[in-house]
Amino acid sequence: MEIRKISDNVWEIPREGEMKVPAVIYASARLLEAVKRDMTLMQARNVACLPGILRKSYTMPDAHQGYGFPIGGVAAFDLDEGIISPGGVGYDINCGVRLLGSNFTEKDIEGKRRELLAEIFKEVPAGVGKGGVTKLNRNVLKDILAEGASWAVGNGYGTPEDLERTEEQGRMRDADASGVSERALERGIPQLGTLGAGNHFLEIQKVTDIFDRETAETFGVHSKGQILVMIHCGSRGLGHQVATDYIEMMTDKCGIQGLPDRELVNAPFRSPLGQRYYRAMCAAVNYAFANRQMIAHWVREVFARVLGTSEGMRQVYDVCHNVAKVETHVIDGEERRVCIHRKGATRSFGPGRREIPAAYRDVGQPVIIPGSMGTASFLLAGTPGAEDLSFSSTAHGAGRVMSRHEAMRRFRGEKIRDDLSRQGVELKFTSWRGVAEEAAAAYKDVDEVVRVSHEIGLSRLVAKVAPVGVMKG
Amino acid sequence: MEKYHILEHTADGKFQAFGATLEEAFGNAALAVASLMWDWRKVEANISYPVGVEGHDLKQLLVRFLGEIIFLFETKSFILGSIEELKISARTGRLGLRARFLGDSVSDRYELHGGVKAVTYHDMKIEKKAGRGYVIQAVVDM
Repeated sequence: MEIRKISDNVWEIPREGEMKVPAVIYASARLLEAVKRDMTLMQARNVACLPGILRKSYTMPDAHQGYGFPIGGVAAFDLDEGIISPGGVGYDINCGVRLLGSNFTEKDIEGKRRELLAEIFKEVPAGVGKGGVTKLNRNVLKDILAEGASWAVGNGYGTPEDLERTEEQGRMRDADASGVSERALERGIPQLGTLGAGNHFLEIQKVTDIFDRETAETFGVHSKGQILVMIHCGSRGLGHQVATDYIEMMTDKCGIQGLPDRELVNAPFRSPLGQRYYRAMCAAVNYAFANRQMIAHWVREVFARVLGTSEGMRQVYDVCHNVAKVETHVIDGEERRVCIHRKGATRSFGPGRREIPAAYRDVGQPVIIPGSMGTASFLLAGTPGAEDLSFSSTAHGAGRVMSRHEAMRRFRGEKIRDDLSRQGVELKFTSWRGVAEEAAAAYKDVDEVVRVSHEIGLSRLVAKVAPVGVMKG
Repeated sequence: MEKYHILEHTADGKFQAFGATLEEAFGNAALAVASLMWDWRKVEANISYPVGVEGHDLKQLLVRFLGEIIFLFETKSFILGSIEELKISARTGRLGLRARFLGDSVSDRYELHGGVKAVTYHDMKIEKKAGRGYVIQAVVDM
């Protein structure tokens, strides 16, 4: 496969064979070496062959191989000629990140850190097979699928301002729960309000660097040492089941002939099945928004109990990084509605977009990029330039470079905990093996991912944070 | 014969399962999936669930069969220890699988060490090797 260097951080696989458009890879030379070792580039090329794809098949700096589409893949499709694909969204629909601000400093929580984390660990169910504390019936679940985070706010979890500061205001209005199977509902009922396991986490963080003071202040980040809380999780078993169900249905209805990978299965966006998937996916997106809304509320309750107040714990923002949406983008100078897939990629709208909360409209959308366990995370802002570069998309995290199996063999959970403890990071978890699997060394260097995203202009750096307390599922 | 072998995969769980017969390979694939979440060897056979799935082809049959392990775990807190009476049949272009899952409920006695959330078609292979029986390869989302 030919890979052409366009500039220092931009590479292109030129159009050839079945490709309808070229594939563009945003990566430093070092990050490119990592993606060459797995199937990422072939997967980006495969996406470029799908019907109705517009402009280019994009790959973000944190890309690694996924199923069908690469993780870190961005592709927009024409609404009439194009497709929608569960493999372009990912199994964990609306896996995403929420960031809460606070008026607390590192000093304020000194001596209370362990207690805070222990209390959060009690309030927020986490780990494999861990059920929620919320009693749900099928009808309530259907309301949640229709209303997302606004259901949660309506039921006492958080404030209306949280909704303003959430992508899609915490609710995709195209959701239709009737396309969500019984199996998916059954998996969703016990898991609402739970963090889950795998790479999902909840962190108490402190601000270590501010790169753009004005934007940071607009986002509610005002000083070094300020305490923030980051929540990373998704739609749990419900979202996975929606993906599984529609991959099956599309395989049956649309076939897999000519697809190099069965996970690329898709349906025309306008077809009944394409629309059914889109609406069921929106319902799963809403479940995940409600999930993070509830967890954020419990975190505030713990802070209020332990520190006397949770005032000032305003939400910075909540982003989804596994999703398909209908958005307006400029293609060849013309505004068009397209179906954009972001799989392991974060929306990065620049200033002026009406989808951004009014308070942020002058500076661009907050972009939250979590690091791996125990490493830094970043707050960035969307850029005007990202529109042309990537349909306003940027990286979503560090991206794995090592298998869970290898990480488990190479690292010991106990050692990781001790190392983190020496760095001043408190760790609470449910499984030693889970800790080893999520070792920072199993991931790409998030600093490099963010630096490259910033240099290319996919998003711009605002602030850097470091964990002081980590809770792992 | 080795029942299964866990392989390297960047993000998730990948394995190969073996069997003299297709049925045996399917059963061992189920144990491979269980091994990514708990130690199935330690699970007592206190509960049983009948399992029945259908598929257009072997791959779909496998995805649906292994999906039952995840579904029973998440909705019934059931952890799989062994499989009995596994039968695969073909009838007018449709494949069917019936089996009995034996295992126990989640409790403090069992350590859970990973969550398998979906079975994918990615890099999936179901092959008959001359003289070596069947080899199944699959990747699961964790």
